[in-house]
Amino acid sequence: MNERVLRILMPLLVGVLTLVAWEALVRLRDIPAYLLPGPILIARTLVADWWSLADSLLITLRITLSALLAAVVVGAALAILFAQSKWIELSFFPYAVILQVTPIVAIAPLIIIWVDDVNLSLLICAWIVAFFPILSNTTLGLNSYDHNLFDLFRLYHATPWQVLTRLRIPSALPYFLAGLKISGGLALIGAIVAEFVAGSGGSASGLAFRILESGYQLRIPRMFAALVLISATGIVIFLALGLLQHLVLRRWHESAVVRER
Amino acid sequence: MQALSGVGFTLRAGDFISLLGPSGCGKSTLLRIIAALTEPTEGRILRPPATGGEIGFVFQEPTLMPWASALNNVRLPLRLAGIARAEATDRAAAALASVGLAGFERNYPRALSGGMKMRVSIARALVTRPKLLLMDEPFAALDEITRFRLNNDLLALWRDQRFTAIFVTHSVFESVYLSERVLVMAARPGRIVADIAIEAPPVRDEAFRTSPEYAAQCRAVSRALEAAMAA
Repeated sequence: MNERVLRILMPLLVGVLTLVAWEALVRLRDIPAYLLPGPILIARTLVADWWSLADSLLITLRITLSALLAAVVVGAALAILFAQSKWIELSFFPYAVILQVTPIVAIAPLIIIWVDDVNLSLLICAWIVAFFPILSNTTLGLNSYDHNLFDLFRLYHATPWQVLTRLRIPSALPYFLAGLKISGGLALIGAIVAEFVAGSGGSASGLAFRILESGYQLRIPRMFAALVLISATGIVIFLALGLLQHLVLRRWHESAVVRER
Repeated sequence: MQALSGVGFTLRAGDFISLLGPSGCGKSTLLRIIAALTEPTEGRILRPPATGGEIGFVFQEPTLMPWASALNNVRLPLRLAGIARAEATDRAAAALASVGLAGFERNYPRALSGGMKMRVSIARALVTRPKLLLMDEPFAALDEITRFRLNNDLLALWRDQRFTAIFVTHSVFESVYLSERVLVMAARPGRIVADIAIEAPPVRDEAFRTSPEYAAQCRAVSRALEAAMAA
């Protein structure tokens, strides 16, 4: 069996065995559904409650993707600004770090108080979490160009704009895409955390709100169903960004090389 | 630390000269000063006001943009000079053909061998039709067979386009085979200690490489180099 098949088959096998063991445990020990529902019950709940859960999924997804988009625009723009001058970078980068290391749970209540629009406040929270990997990676990438190539550009009297667009931005692309992959997951986490903090006070009803609500009502299978949707969303975002990375870099970057053995 | 001191030599248009010396003698620094990539701390190089493209430079490494095809790499100097895309494409394709890489326009550097990458690098340096071509040990990392072939192709390009060439190398054999004059450099501080004219037939080929005249001149240059290293 070749490695590609194993790469898919082995984790799948582990997953199926875990689910079977889980279901068996729940049935044999007669564990009540409000403590630990079995996978079959969770799947049934997912189907039964699909429409209300799908609505919530859409709300969370919209916040996640808008935050990710804002993170890309602001992160990349700031990185390009930082690349223009060491002084700008030295002056402002520490504040980006502060924004990054302060736990979002701690800032979220303030943002929710300050910003009237709940959706906007959720978006800002998710954005704060998501933008740093893009900023930091792209900044690194814009400074990681080949210095001989830079000499070549100087030899031909390239303008700073030409150096930026033809040398520094292409050099930064692999770094940016690696940052984007991290930010995709973080945007989802940021959106969920912010929804939790906003809680039932928010008029929005994303997946995190569904989890809170199900918890209050002791509808644990529904809670698990929402959890499954969150995980699935995270996996899809990760895979989609991985595919994007592959498509953009496959023709030239070392990371996309399949090595012969 | 002083890298270079009192380096002076004259160069006639169309010359092919080699700078030969031990590593650390400032050959590369001298080349970078000529290309205006490094400023000398003292002294001046007088050159006409440059607009880019008068000087071609071939680095030790191929120094290609990995994200661009061979054609786009060769086209870069023209595009930087603001030449329209269509004209730049034609000229880049012609330059690639002149180094024997017709048909490889769309290949990315990753898919090219070391020798082919160096050919792309040479095509890029020649695409602006420079008056002066500077080469900094361009073939040092290549295997001998590839190096011999590139030596011959470089000479053919030089005969054809009549640019002035300065070739930095630490190989006695390569310097004698390629150049009309070999300037031998000594280190600490870098300076030129010998200027040896090479006698050769108009077209240099494998017959020249194996001739007694070639061997005798290699011996002479070798002795000058040893004297330079002892100095």
